[in-house]
Amino acid sequence: MHTTASATSSAVDLRPEHPAAFPLTVHDLTVAYHRRPVIWDIELNIPEGRLVGLVGPNGAGKSTLLRACLDLVPRTSGEIQIYGQPYRRQRNLVGYVPQRESVDWDFPVSALDVVAMGSYRKLGWFKRVGAVELQNARDMLDQVGIAHLAGRQISQLSGGQQQRVFLARALAQDASLYFMDEPFSAVDAATEVAIVELLRELQARKRTCLVVHHDLSTVAQYFDWVVLLNMRIVAAGPTAEVFTRENLQKTYGGKLSVLDAAAEALRHGAS
Amino acid sequence: MRGMRLAGILARSGPLTALLLLFASSAVWAGNGAASAWTKSLPDPSEFVEILLLQNYNTRLVVGGTTLLGATCGLVGTFLLLRKRSLLGDSLAHATLPGIGIAFMLMVAAGFTGKNLPGLLAGATASGAAGMLAVLAIRNTTRLKDDAAMGIALSVSFGIGIAVLRLTQNMPQGSAAGLESFIYGKTASMVFSDFWLITGVSLCTTVACAMVLKELTLLCFDEQYAAAQGWPTLYLDFLLIGLVIAVTVVGLQSVGLILIIAFLITPASAARFWTNRYTSMILLAGVIGAVSGWFGSSFSALLPRLPAGAIIVLTAASIFLFSMFFGTARGVLLRWIEHRRLRRRVGRQHLLRAAYEILETGSNQPHIPNVSIPFPQLLAHRSWSAAHLRKLLRDARREDHLEPSAPGTIRLSENGFGEAARITRNHRLWELYLIRHADIAPSHVDRDADMVEHILGAELVHQLEAELQPRAAVPASPHDITAAAAP
Amino acid sequence: MNWGSADTWIVVTGAFCAAACALPGCFLLLRRMSMMGDAISHAVLPGLALAFLFTASRASLTMFAGAAVVGVLTALFTQWISRFGEVEHGAAMGIVFTTLFAIGLLVIVRAADHVDLDPGCVLYGAIELTPLDTWSLPGSGFAIPRATLLLAGMFGFNVLFVYLLFKELRLSAFDPALSTTLGFPSGLLHYLLMTDVAVTTVAAFEAVGSIIVIAMLIVPPAAACLLSRRLSTLIVLSVLLAVLSAALGHLAAITLPRLIGFDTTSSAGMMAAAAGFLFLLAWLFHPGDGLLTRHFPRSLFRSASGEPESESTSPESPSVPRSAP
Repeated sequence: MHTTASATSSAVDLRPEHPAAFPLTVHDLTVAYHRRPVIWDIELNIPEGRLVGLVGPNGAGKSTLLRACLDLVPRTSGEIQIYGQPYRRQRNLVGYVPQRESVDWDFPVSALDVVAMGSYRKLGWFKRVGAVELQNARDMLDQVGIAHLAGRQISQLSGGQQQRVFLARALAQDASLYFMDEPFSAVDAATEVAIVELLRELQARKRTCLVVHHDLSTVAQYFDWVVLLNMRIVAAGPTAEVFTRENLQKTYGGKLSVLDAAAEALRHGAS
Repeated sequence: MRGMRLAGILARSGPLTALLLLFASSAVWAGNGAASAWTKSLPDPSEFVEILLLQNYNTRLVVGGTTLLGATCGLVGTFLLLRKRSLLGDSLAHATLPGIGIAFMLMVAAGFTGKNLPGLLAGATASGAAGMLAVLAIRNTTRLKDDAAMGIALSVSFGIGIAVLRLTQNMPQGSAAGLESFIYGKTASMVFSDFWLITGVSLCTTVACAMVLKELTLLCFDEQYAAAQGWPTLYLDFLLIGLVIAVTVVGLQSVGLILIIAFLITPASAARFWTNRYTSMILLAGVIGAVSGWFGSSFSALLPRLPAGAIIVLTAASIFLFSMFFGTARGVLLRWIEHRRLRRRVGRQHLLRAAYEILETGSNQPHIPNVSIPFPQLLAHRSWSAAHLRKLLRDARREDHLEPSAPGTIRLSENGFGEAARITRNHRLWELYLIRHADIAPSHVDRDADMVEHILGAELVHQLEAELQPRAAVPASPHDITAAAAP
Repeated sequence: MNWGSADTWIVVTGAFCAAACALPGCFLLLRRMSMMGDAISHAVLPGLALAFLFTASRASLTMFAGAAVVGVLTALFTQWISRFGEVEHGAAMGIVFTTLFAIGLLVIVRAADHVDLDPGCVLYGAIELTPLDTWSLPGSGFAIPRATLLLAGMFGFNVLFVYLLFKELRLSAFDPALSTTLGFPSGLLHYLLMTDVAVTTVAAFEAVGSIIVIAMLIVPPAAACLLSRRLSTLIVLSVLLAVLSAALGHLAAITLPRLIGFDTTSSAGMMAAAAGFLFLLAWLFHPGDGLLTRHFPRSLFRSASGEPESESTSPESPSVPRSAP
């Protein structure tokens, strides 16, 4: 594990030209599929070293925002900068944890193989995965607590274990900014705890994480920064300031169940 | 990086150019041939009329048969396309080969002629059905996907078929010559019995489709829901495959393997560009199939040495290409124009709203004066590049939203000021709507600001307006405007 | 049965061809594009015909180039139609290859006066004739069939291709979005694989006909996929199965027909059939999950499956997302 000081210096080494830039800056972003807008006029600055929860109702454009940041969907207008540069120049600073449904779990790879994929960028073209990368991948699996499943084909893992494999891969990537698409969806309680610990550890290493999150009752507990999204940014800022009943109502409207969840969340936040 | 860009450019422009080149070269080639054929045997006008009016008996059979077959294949192919199994026809067509060979051998062994049509068709149907059962079985009992299952059935039965056909060629009794016509078809020499066979199968298929239209549609749209509703999805799948087998076997021996595959895929795919309703898609696919069949077979009858099958495939492909570009429901051109329009509109709205907001913050009177805005201030208001802003200003000038002003400044025209006020008002109403009705808003919001009353209804709009600022023409922004500009 | 040196050469040629096809075939299978081999082998007809027309010779290099170019175009057109027209990939493939085949047919028929190119011959090839066209090592009397040399070269090239790009091909097949974000553009890798498939297809069926190609691109990888859940094992297994089907196929072609009173039959056809037979065996008996073996207790196969089964968590856990049935 890095000490805080060394992690900071390595992060500065990675981006010597823009030491003061935000990890993620989104200006004026609009994305539309066909005629329908999905998100519009997004202005967002994520400060370094935060655990950021991206929260909003279904169809609010959370995944679209993430995918737009990674150049995976075309933008209708606006620009996105990673540490002050366009994404295509900063790929090596960005880690991505896609939704679990996005890949074919029947694919003939073991958990270890998947984690080793995180090291591919450092390897570059043609070079093969060696003992160093495999050992590193094993360490990462150990960190998420499933080292004993390294040889398993991935469809033989439970949902939570699959999610941990994805997180271990992101760790192996050793990025400065992570995008995670619903890592907490459909995982067991133990995995949820493991993921939170992992996020905290990343934060301790001054990494920035933008996490799409569904469960309002745990937002205040897990994240120190929150972005409330409903097609546009309703509010963004430190959880204590932004995650208020008023803002939630602006984001989710009058749904009773949601407001109950929010009320519970506020209690958590207060206690 | 460069490789990716190259691949991107290739993927964007290369295929189009190459496809057009190929089409052009083949057209020139065919045209050359046609021209020389023209000079050799000039068909006089009466011959044209004869063929177009189907006065010739043989032409009537061929044109009628292919037209009917095209219509039926379009109909069945629509379901295959919607079921995402377009290549099933390909697989099936190859799977009939062993059956044809084995049926031939059995019939010869039993002392018949061997080229008895019903016998061969029965053999083709049986082995086609066996191949399709194998596809379903592989798909349902292993982790292999549809494409692998179809590929296995296709290639293995193709191999067996070739091996069996090779045996029949060496048989001392009974000539096997002509069995290959099952692969390449013999469109031009269609006989009366072929025509009746096609008619019969077409009728049966159409009636069957009409009877289970809603069940088949449900199966294609949402198999699991259909199963949960108690529909026998496996048997429906069998039925669909049975229909495909019927048209394929009949079509195979009259028009050939490649044509039947194209008939099953191309008209349905072309129809998809013109409509979003499955009933009209089925009808349109039938019409496109029929038109390709009619045009292709007539054209090949007019000129010598144009194989009807190839002309029909090319006709269908041309219709597909045309539909892909100009289709009114999902055409490429339409979507491209829409996307451009959207970008433009978003740009215009951003510009006018930015100008309005600057004017608004610059004055503290209830009536906002229309004054010149310095270019740098406009540039700083949003995060846009100078070049982009200049382009937006050029567009705005063309649309008469700006009027001449001192160099380095921008001044809205009367028209533009009104438009800016309207856009800003609508935008704020939308924002307010999103806040007040956040639970349902995402599915209702339409970025086109002109539509606000249209979608929400005048009453709700009045309510929203009243809620914000009863007297102002443009309600104040529900959030701080200056905050967005200076992060 | 009398086995001569010609038979050995046929098996060796067939084995090289089968192995060369099985290698890229594994990745086609994983990318769910198994039908691409069939599409390309039909679609290259205009390439062959035009190359033949323009050069008026059967010099294999021009034909090869023409066919390979059209093969790559098939992949490009397909990708382009399915992306810009939003047409399902299989349908796009079907439209492209039928159209190209029709163009080829038209060219051949129009030029029938001065061209002698039988589409049937092009498509079915004749592996039985390969031992006749030989190339002698200068200085020695040792003669090798040209087709064998060509296909051995193709096999070597594909081994190199898969070896060098193993991790890139695997990543882009498994998770294209991640592949692109990691700096290995999945589009570029797709076209590289398609180019390799096209070149392999053309090289192989120029020598031995398309049947072996179509079958060996799909069937051995599919069988290997049932037998192994590791990609490297899958690739090695599919090559072995491909070689085995070539040998079994030729053996069957010269022995089976005698049983029912015929002479020999098409070796290429029987090689495809043999591959199908091996797939059937794998399907019925593969460890743990075979049609016949799935009712046996799993413990019987624990050692055979080659995977450490440290604890008995159910692989069918309800939260595992199943791909669309």
